[in-house]
Amino acid sequence: MQQHITLDHGSGGLASQELLFKYLLPFLNNSVLNELEDSAVISIGETKLAFTTDSYVVDPIFFPGGDIARLAVNGTLNDLAMKGASPVCLSLGLILEEGLRLEEFERLSRSLSEAAEAAGIQVVTGDTKVVPHGKGDKIFINTSGIGVIHCEPVPSYHRIQPGDCILVSGTVGDHGITILTSRSGLKLETSTTSDTMPLHRLVAALLEEVKSGLHCMRDPTRGGLATTLTELAGRSGWDFEIDEEAIPIHSSVASACEILGFDPLYLANEGKCVVFVAPEHAEKTLQLMRSRHEGVSAAIIGRVMPEKNGRVILKTAIGGKRLLRPLTGEPLPRIC
Amino acid sequence: MNVFGSFEANYRRPALVSFLRERLISLFDANKGQEVFCMEVCGTHTVSIFRHGIRSLLPPGLHLISGPGCPVCVTSQRDIDAFIWLSRQDCILTTFGDLMRVPGTQGSLQEARATGARVLTVYSPMDVISVAKEHLNTLVVFLGVGFETTIPGIASMLFEAKRQNLSNLTLYPAMKLMPPALHAIFSDTGCRVQGLICPGHVSAIIGARAYEPIANQYKVPCVITGFEPVDIMQGLCVLAERILNNRPGIHNAYERVVSWDGNQRAMDMMQRVFLPADAEWRGLGILPQSGLALRPEYADFDVRSRISFPETFAQDSSDLKNKCRCGEILKGKASPSACPLFGRACTPSRPFGPCMVSTEGTCAAFFKYGGQETCNNT
Repeated sequence: MQQHITLDHGSGGLASQELLFKYLLPFLNNSVLNELEDSAVISIGETKLAFTTDSYVVDPIFFPGGDIARLAVNGTLNDLAMKGASPVCLSLGLILEEGLRLEEFERLSRSLSEAAEAAGIQVVTGDTKVVPHGKGDKIFINTSGIGVIHCEPVPSYHRIQPGDCILVSGTVGDHGITILTSRSGLKLETSTTSDTMPLHRLVAALLEEVKSGLHCMRDPTRGGLATTLTELAGRSGWDFEIDEEAIPIHSSVASACEILGFDPLYLANEGKCVVFVAPEHAEKTLQLMRSRHEGVSAAIIGRVMPEKNGRVILKTAIGGKRLLRPLTGEPLPRIC
Repeated sequence: MNVFGSFEANYRRPALVSFLRERLISLFDANKGQEVFCMEVCGTHTVSIFRHGIRSLLPPGLHLISGPGCPVCVTSQRDIDAFIWLSRQDCILTTFGDLMRVPGTQGSLQEARATGARVLTVYSPMDVISVAKEHLNTLVVFLGVGFETTIPGIASMLFEAKRQNLSNLTLYPAMKLMPPALHAIFSDTGCRVQGLICPGHVSAIIGARAYEPIANQYKVPCVITGFEPVDIMQGLCVLAERILNNRPGIHNAYERVVSWDGNQRAMDMMQRVFLPADAEWRGLGILPQSGLALRPEYADFDVRSRISFPETFAQDSSDLKNKCRCGEILKGKASPSACPLFGRACTPSRPFGPCMVSTEGTCAAFFKYGGQETCNNT
């Protein structure tokens, strides 16, 4: 039916999945890629490496709480961290559009350097291309990252099991709503800021404390918390039960969502992780998260159930129940 | 820890919801074996009911039927094909986001945009004024889809365009009025609906009195409620009690927003720019005086007076329509799970009909919130 790539295919939801499974993976089929985790895990001799890549095309390039450069550093670091890896280095690919102001470019470079320094990582290789005006959108950034995995076993959806507690490291939807409200045309003044931040230090602390009790981690970026949970439930095969009321949502995000008709559970996060831990470690994990700046508003939001239907059941705040589904289509503001 | 402002929190208080739930359950216990069919007219209600898991709280005898209150869903195939045809002409289309994925006979606006059509999504009709000012030498068209909630904004846009002599700004009028659709539902033979949860936003404009003819003519109760869980549960209590005790009439349970007479300023603005006209609805056909045309002094703003459209666009008899049961679903005569395409060939990422596209469409809401599994009541 559809003949062309549409924005839906980039939303991180069902259309993105279809694009991958139907048009890409059949051609690149291999056991490492087929895992489709945040990072690939590669063994070289005795050493286990995490390797990942991500491209950043956000509009606007500067937004409250960050910019595209900061996102490019933190996003890739977080993909490494979700496999329990300590980041080693990053690469940087830049596609610049003719007409981008040098002053803006310099601001981004400075920001890139600050983000890398804050995370304690270096950009060790890179590439720059310029495309004619109108063939890009100011700046696109690709970063790839390599990390060393010290933990064993490696956190993975394969290790999710009934009884596991599901935690989220903080409020959800902050990044998504900030981008949507800073786009031109939407004249809504909100106090939301992007949550972009590196999570590898938080993850290292968790692994040190909880060790193999930490079963799986994911950063709920595109498609938001709901899409991440449905994907993991589908892959692991277990049912998850989530308490809506336990999900931390910043009040300004909640009100902006009410006004615009968005569901915060489907909005992107850039500095949050969902963590599955054995129940005996749940409280310790929560306290540890809350004791760190990355996880001050962390919460236990649900548990893995013994039923094997691969569904996510949401217990609503008023006591009802419904299923959570993955994102379908780019989130659109409502019409009436 | 879900941090809502205290205002919303009051209308989401679990204790209040369970109190109202008990009231409903005892009502149905006292009326054993009775079946009650209520229609929530508005798509925003449909979504809220699903989102809060309200269906899972209702007694088995209480059936909710989703109504025609999603403006994208009731837009005729002819108009949608006209939108997509327009996107390929020498003009800039402006539209609310919901229309982007609606499938026409030949692709959607989203696909048209992917292949070069100039289609901009706007958040308010007033944004179109700025688009028109930035492109003074290009025809800018706003796709006018919406109910009484959106129409005053569209009217203000044209009023402002006329005042500023923005002659490149035009409208494709496909707006709809709610009361005629309600008449169509109750006049239909085989109508199961015994009472209405009236659309809260539309009611804020047209006022509670607008339902008087419906309540009187069809002897049904019409309850106006808000969109929060407590509002909806309270509305359902009142509506079910009235249906079971045979007490037709209007009950305004949303007085904090809706008045008896409505918003006079908004209605004046509508009347200043538009006149009632016959309109074609998906699934309901042509309903007399259910749409709007531009008044003669605004006639130049109708894009159809600037561009000559092809004679015919697909009728509602296309292949899609043959399989897609949107029409019956809009009238509350079928639930989405009864449609052979639902969830299989037709999903939000590959929709056949507009009910699956719009976030407030009945099929999209059923699909997104788990469909049959949570709706044991329809």
